[in-house]
Amino acid sequence: MPAIVTVDSLEKTYADGFKALSGVSLDIEQGEVLALLGPNGAGKTTLISTICGLVQATGGSVRVDGHDIVTDYRKARALIGLVPQEITLEPFDKVINSVRFSRGLFGKPRDEAHIEKTLRQLSLWDKRNSRIMELSGGMKRRVLIAKALAHEPRILFLDEPTAGVDVELRRGMWETVAGLKNDGVTIILTTHYIEEAEAIADRVGVISKGRILLVEDKDTLMNRMGRKQLRIELHEPVSELPDGLSEHDLELVDGGDALIYTYDTTGARTGITRLLSDLSEAGIVLRDIQTSQSSLEEIFVGLVQEENAA
Amino acid sequence: MMGLNWRGVAAIYRFEMSRFFRTLLQSFVSPVISTSLYFVVFGAAIGSRIDEVEGVSYGAFIVPGLVMLTVMTQAISNASFGIYFPKFIGTIYELLSAPVNFLEIVLGYVGAAATKSLFIGTVIMVTASLFVDMQVLHPLSMLAFLLLTCVSFALFGFIIGIWAENFEQLQLVPLLIVTPLVFLGGSFYSISMLPPVWQWITMFNPVVYLISGFRWSFYGVADVPIVSSLLAIGLFLGLCLGAVWWIFRSGWRLRP
Ligand SMILES: Nc1ncnc2c1ncn2[C@@H]1O[C@H](COP(=O)(O)OP(=O)(O)OP(=O)(O)O)[C@@H](O)[C@H]1O
Ligand SMILES: [Mg+2]
Repeated sequence: MPAIVTVDSLEKTYADGFKALSGVSLDIEQGEVLALLGPNGAGKTTLISTICGLVQATGGSVRVDGHDIVTDYRKARALIGLVPQEITLEPFDKVINSVRFSRGLFGKPRDEAHIEKTLRQLSLWDKRNSRIMELSGGMKRRVLIAKALAHEPRILFLDEPTAGVDVELRRGMWETVAGLKNDGVTIILTTHYIEEAEAIADRVGVISKGRILLVEDKDTLMNRMGRKQLRIELHEPVSELPDGLSEHDLELVDGGDALIYTYDTTGARTGITRLLSDLSEAGIVLRDIQTSQSSLEEIFVGLVQEENAA
Repeated sequence: MMGLNWRGVAAIYRFEMSRFFRTLLQSFVSPVISTSLYFVVFGAAIGSRIDEVEGVSYGAFIVPGLVMLTVMTQAISNASFGIYFPKFIGTIYELLSAPVNFLEIVLGYVGAAATKSLFIGTVIMVTASLFVDMQVLHPLSMLAFLLLTCVSFALFGFIIGIWAENFEQLQLVPLLIVTPLVFLGGSFYSISMLPPVWQWITMFNPVVYLISGFRWSFYGVADVPIVSSLLAIGLFLGLCLGAVWWIFRSGWRLRP
């Protein structure tokens, strides 16, 4: 897949001297859903704001579909829709007028059919004539999305779209993202919910202290970093590991009722066959076995801790 | 000019005007009342003691100054609020991430603020004509001065709105600088009525040139040559435009 957004050695030092981005390089592929994970203050919003033109970079460059965001900002920005982290809307405006305004601002001709489609897609059509101050928080967030989609962007930035949103609405948001992806929109979202990234992202980027720690295909990431565990429940509890099993990475748990075997799925061999034959050789009778894979959350926490320790 | 994002300009302009239309009655009634008050206080109370100024009845003499006073303060407050408010509530993100350049943003915001103050200036002139006998000797020049004042002071207000970091600052410049300059700029008297020293000091007040030129359009009497009035307003307009161009180029107070 070709890159639609190319971030190259991007630097941002704020006026107070704080370095929020330290050489961020990132290729965003056309049509993908990229989830950016990172702790508070990692630089997620700064990165998005710089790409969208709200913050001036102090180094590096960004190209959007080949257009530099500084020298060719008109063409670059015309392709982008932005949903900011904070809910910022003119309270007295009517929903539909606010969405029409966004379309006009981006220089697109009036298109009531598109406005209607967008508002329906976000379940806002019934509220189109309400003033924004009369809406709930979740509705306001959807108005922000509708505004960002009003000019039919090819790239959509969603900065924490599901912060403070209830479970049902979050699922709805995920469906919206899936629908947009189907329409060919490239989506970059930030989130603190790992399960969100797990559920909707094609690729996951982890950012901490203004650096990208990794960007990887979600499945590969979970396979590569994912350590699997095999839980072996024993028929008869044992007090200690038999000698013949010491070479395996085994742990005795539940007072001797079960064994945990940790292995790497990407290794040449998992060692399970050897383990099982060694177990039977040692005369241990198994009652049940099950495997589990570490979640993205554990991977993420591990990465950030490593970074903090460094 | 073909390359401009005119739809963007129209969107901003329409948005700004919609606030005005929401409060149309207020926008209409308050200048009518304040103008009437000026005529009651200045025209009747003081005017009865001053017969004529440079051959014009005092009531009629103050009309151009009154219009200028209101137009300038309205243009500044409308334009400064228009850009300050989105900055304050955060909706400015949309403007900053949109494919619009500084000229389009200025045309939208300043155009709307200028339109509003033009409207109010017209309301005042019509109201004033009910109180006094007015004449307009040079209507084209009158219109030009009015328009240029609306536009340049709206631009000035726009800059104040971008500069201001809180509501106090938003009020500060109009209150501490503009209002005194306008009051001391010959709105309600002729410069020639001042002692010589003050006449000299007054020449450094740019508003004097505007009011003088505007009044000349009505009655053919001026404190300063009409050409210098035109130069003054042109210079002010150019300075403000330059400042706005620089603001958007550097991102000052808009893009961290
Ligand atoms: N205008 C600013 N001036 C100075 N520092 C800033 C400014 N904006 C952000 N920062 C700092 O830059 C760092 C990164 O902020 P940013 O908002 O990008 O983080 P984030 O990853 O989006 O965090 P969160 O998950 O809390 O939204 C923070 O330490 C923040 O304090
Ligand atoms: Mg953020």
